[in-house]
Amino acid sequence: MKNRTFFWFILPSLITMLLFIALPIVSVAVQSVHIEHEAVMVEVENCGPFGCKQELQVDVEETAKLKEERPLGQFNGLGTYTNRNHLAFTEIGLAWQSSTGFVDFMPKALNLPFYRALAFTLTYTFVVTPLVIIFGFMIALGVNTLPKRIKGPTIFISLLPMIVTPLIGSLILFWMIDANGILGATLQRIFDDPNLSLKASPTLTWIMLMVYGVWHSAPFAFIVFYAGLQTVPADTMEAAMIDGASRWERTRYVVLPHLMPLTVFISLIQLMDNFRVFEPIVSFSAQASATSLSWIIYNDLVGNESQFFGSAGATSVLTIIGVSILLIPVLIRTWRDFNQKLV
Amino acid sequence: MMSDIVHRRSPVLNIIIWGLVLVWIVAAGFPFLWTLWGSFKVQGDFFSKADWTNAVYGVRTQIETGGAFTGKGYYGAWVTKEFWLAALNTSIVVVSVVIISLTLGTLGGYALARSGKKYAFYLLMLALVFRAMPHITLVSGYLLPFFEWNLWGHLPTAIIVMVAINQPFTLWMLHSFFLNIPKDLDESAMVDGCTRFQAFRHVIVPVMWPGVVTTGLFSFLLAYNDFTVTATLLSQANQTMVPKIASFLGTTQTEGNVMFAVAAVVSATAPLFVLILFFQRQIVSGLTAGAVKG
Repeated sequence: MKNRTFFWFILPSLITMLLFIALPIVSVAVQSVHIEHEAVMVEVENCGPFGCKQELQVDVEETAKLKEERPLGQFNGLGTYTNRNHLAFTEIGLAWQSSTGFVDFMPKALNLPFYRALAFTLTYTFVVTPLVIIFGFMIALGVNTLPKRIKGPTIFISLLPMIVTPLIGSLILFWMIDANGILGATLQRIFDDPNLSLKASPTLTWIMLMVYGVWHSAPFAFIVFYAGLQTVPADTMEAAMIDGASRWERTRYVVLPHLMPLTVFISLIQLMDNFRVFEPIVSFSAQASATSLSWIIYNDLVGNESQFFGSAGATSVLTIIGVSILLIPVLIRTWRDFNQKLV
Repeated sequence: MMSDIVHRRSPVLNIIIWGLVLVWIVAAGFPFLWTLWGSFKVQGDFFSKADWTNAVYGVRTQIETGGAFTGKGYYGAWVTKEFWLAALNTSIVVVSVVIISLTLGTLGGYALARSGKKYAFYLLMLALVFRAMPHITLVSGYLLPFFEWNLWGHLPTAIIVMVAINQPFTLWMLHSFFLNIPKDLDESAMVDGCTRFQAFRHVIVPVMWPGVVTTGLFSFLLAYNDFTVTATLLSQANQTMVPKIASFLGTTQTEGNVMFAVAAVVSATAPLFVLILFFQRQIVSGLTAGAVKG
């Protein structure tokens, strides 16, 4: 295809991506080095029954005017990055000095909002992703052996947790595990503890969120693996059987290697999607026990009366850096594959 | 040969497999069935601490309303809380996003599949990086400029933003579908004197529909299921269904009103149910298209 033709074909798509994906990333970076204006103060004389006093007051009009003139706020350099709500260098340093060891230091660091969110996001990503792959693979193996007639309905039901809106899917589970819901009440009866609440304990909340994550994403891995199982080469399978390989050995040495590229694909997609975990925290109202990077950005933007663009920007930039680190191995790999193809 | 394998499976293994599949089906399907059934009950039954069978038989529902089923939750959500408006907004947003994404995506995806140049590969890599960006980080870049230029709160703004966020995925998917359409098809049309665009219009467009339908389904799901963009970029009056449901939660924790949210949740799930019913094959093929073809 000629370069000119290519250009015109790709142009509309490219413009939307540059305007609404690339430019916002720049905008976020710019916002992150600015901070809201401080309120303009004026000295007024305040006279009461006991005489007059000089007082400092917020000049609402001037503040509004300043905000309108320079909506971005004032330049703050990397101040937002290093403050308590983000990388918190000072606090981390103090915590480290006053700690006897790593075990002592960790809880102190995890009290800081950014590290708390980072800890949950990373734990969620690296627990849910492998579990999704394992469960998806097991379900695929199971469904593959079912009689043909019931495969269709099984796949239909399996798709539900994935297709249904994440916010809605997590709400449905949340209502079931409510202390008065079917699962919550049953658990209370089983453990004979009327105060047992899955929402109250941070550990249980974390587990609950991850269970939701696996429930939501396992169908994706299942479908991809199931499709892969249909293409396992029959010759190799037969040869392995003739050589006396057991069922386990056939799964281990024929099926698994065949599905390896699919596993890489699923992990890539899952890493990207799990890293942005957000909706279940809203649905489960779990912010007291678990926050994610996406959630703290959202909270800066809509959780308060005024928006903290600087703070949201700084967290966003840090999140984007995190995503890039996750992506680098994949990009390098794809790059190598592509260059080999050229040679 | 396959039947041979089936016959030689030991009974223990069979039980394990059937058990596993059964557990999965219950885990995947039961929550939806339970919520659908419970949405026709009163709150005292759906959240029954004393006895979960209350929700099955509707004991409190019978006392409070006189029947075993009640449509009060639905009436409250759709009429009192104006969920119909949110449903209307959702349809406008979703239809527009699908149409615009597919138009831009087919042109771009076709170009990427036919180019063969190195920069096409770079663009695909760039799209992959864009695909990985958490949506909320992009939203925090939009908000301030949108406020300044008075673009915030309107449906078209949310639509174009979702089209853009959707583009990387759409491009990848359509690109891999176009790779499957033989090159000779459009190239022979060009030998016969067509321009590239004419070849695309008259030769490729008629045969591309299966891929476009599948990609369209996923664009639909992205727009329909979105919470991040719609919750932050739309004003109260223009809210779509998902943020509307989220707002039910904050404001209506009083007796009876949780059932509004339950009814709204069931209402919003119903179209997805129908969608899977009719397009199961396309959804499955779409999920695997990216994986199997690399």
